[in-house]
Amino acid sequence: MKILVCISKSPDTTSKIAFTEGNTKFDENGVQYIVNPYDEWYALVRACELQETQGAHVTTITVGTATDDPIIRKALAIGANDAVRINSEARDAYFVAAQIADYAKNNGYDLVLTGKETIDYNGSQVGGMIAELMDAPFVSLATRLEVNGNTVSLDREIAGGLEEVEASLPLVVSCAKGMAEQRIPNMRGIMAARTKPLNLIDPISATELTQFASYELPPAKSACVMLSTDEMDKLVELLHSEAKVI
Amino acid sequence: MSVLVYVDSFSGKISKNQFEAVYYGSKIGSVTVITAGNTSDDVLAKLGTHGASKVLRDSSITTFDAQQITRLIANAATELGAKTIVISHDITGKSVAPRLSARLKAGFASGATALPNGDQVRVNVFSGKAMALVNLKTEIKVISVLPNSLKPQANGDSCGVENYNGNAGAAGITVKAVKKPEGAIPLPEAELVVSAGRGLKGPENWGIVTDLAEALGAATACSRPVSDIGWRPHHEHVGQTGVAIRPNLYIAAGISGAIQHLAGVNGSKTIVVINTDAEAPFFKAADYGVIGDAFEVLPKLTEAVKKFKAAH
Repeated sequence: MKILVCISKSPDTTSKIAFTEGNTKFDENGVQYIVNPYDEWYALVRACELQETQGAHVTTITVGTATDDPIIRKALAIGANDAVRINSEARDAYFVAAQIADYAKNNGYDLVLTGKETIDYNGSQVGGMIAELMDAPFVSLATRLEVNGNTVSLDREIAGGLEEVEASLPLVVSCAKGMAEQRIPNMRGIMAARTKPLNLIDPISATELTQFASYELPPAKSACVMLSTDEMDKLVELLHSEAKVI
Repeated sequence: MSVLVYVDSFSGKISKNQFEAVYYGSKIGSVTVITAGNTSDDVLAKLGTHGASKVLRDSSITTFDAQQITRLIANAATELGAKTIVISHDITGKSVAPRLSARLKAGFASGATALPNGDQVRVNVFSGKAMALVNLKTEIKVISVLPNSLKPQANGDSCGVENYNGNAGAAGITVKAVKKPEGAIPLPEAELVVSAGRGLKGPENWGIVTDLAEALGAATACSRPVSDIGWRPHHEHVGQTGVAIRPNLYIAAGISGAIQHLAGVNGSKTIVVINTDAEAPFFKAADYGVIGDAFEVLPKLTEAVKKFKAAH
């Protein structure tokens, strides 16, 4: 089995969010980039588990420039066999999905895993787009994934619960919490990652369907109204008459 | 202009966010609703009250498969000449809308929080820490609408319901079982949410949280550490790496309010924070704050809510 894990970089969860150039660009000043947590904790770690238990070959794929190489090395340190970087800016979700779907199809990958979303654009777009472009089934927000030959058994989140589903390979899955536990790379993994293959591939041509025009920050919150522990009737009254939420 | 709205009705009921999507579409153009399953005419006809002019139902599909639903919507859109396709940004929308975008080569705005302005749609980015305007550069557009972003008003009559064959082909996914706790309110749809963190000291103390939730008719949620150590199920974890929610009321007890937690709840209309630590960062994001022990405050608040409910 060959598993392709989509890895994207995202700003560290504690990053201060600001914009430059007339609010048209994310201000990268002082921002530390990490592997998008959903890609790393759930998709990549589950793929590595399947590598250990079933001998799957795990490749990570990233659409990005050389500035993405550190997070790709981190993914290799966690345990992927090798990595591919499509050497281009990630221009929009469709552009990214087109690159990954093309690579997956032409290189015989059975299972493509993504995180459920990135923590910067939160679009939940790329996984579904890859599936459509591969003409493969898509299970989103999966919290469990077991592979038995050509059959895949999964749990996926639904409103208020879980649905147990079955599909056959090839398959695209977006991974959510519960799929696997976060791993900290050990020293041997970090050393091995330095020499694992990171292959550069030229992008195929694909049209951008969208473009982010501008950004803004939410308005500042007004001061918090403090109440004592004996004023719960007053709090309920405020929630009713002032906030109008109950 | 012809607008196609996909409504998920497999449960036999129409949830609030589906009405929101129909209402959103009706502000753009004339709405035809496409749905799958066997929901009754009576239930589906009510979509007319939020702006649908007609509902098309494909009863040949009875369980959800993103690939099959995508084909159904795409075929209907082509047949109707719909230029805008709207779907709720719920679990179903997140799996169908991107497929649809790729299939139709249509620009996709994921999680719209306001009506489009020309080709521009407002969405949240950076886990709710910022907003952006996204340009959809194509003639056909796909928009998924973030639940609880707009206040739909009923202003029409019921509409007609027609059976429709969308030629959606076979499903690639088989549903084996559904695991749903009885009676629980699904968190992403909840208007009122009561949430608690490590300050509750153990899962055996959650009764005071569920008591308040029950009194309010609210869903329950928790912080990441609480779900990581297994006190509460994963699907209750709200925050940057859990579920992002935007209820009308979010009550947080014993949660300090780390930036990652705030990212999952900062879309809430009103936030109440209960914490023993006056310096807890959550108070900066709160509308109402109580400095005190959750074990004392939550039962008192529950009593106050019950008294209020009895009087109203």
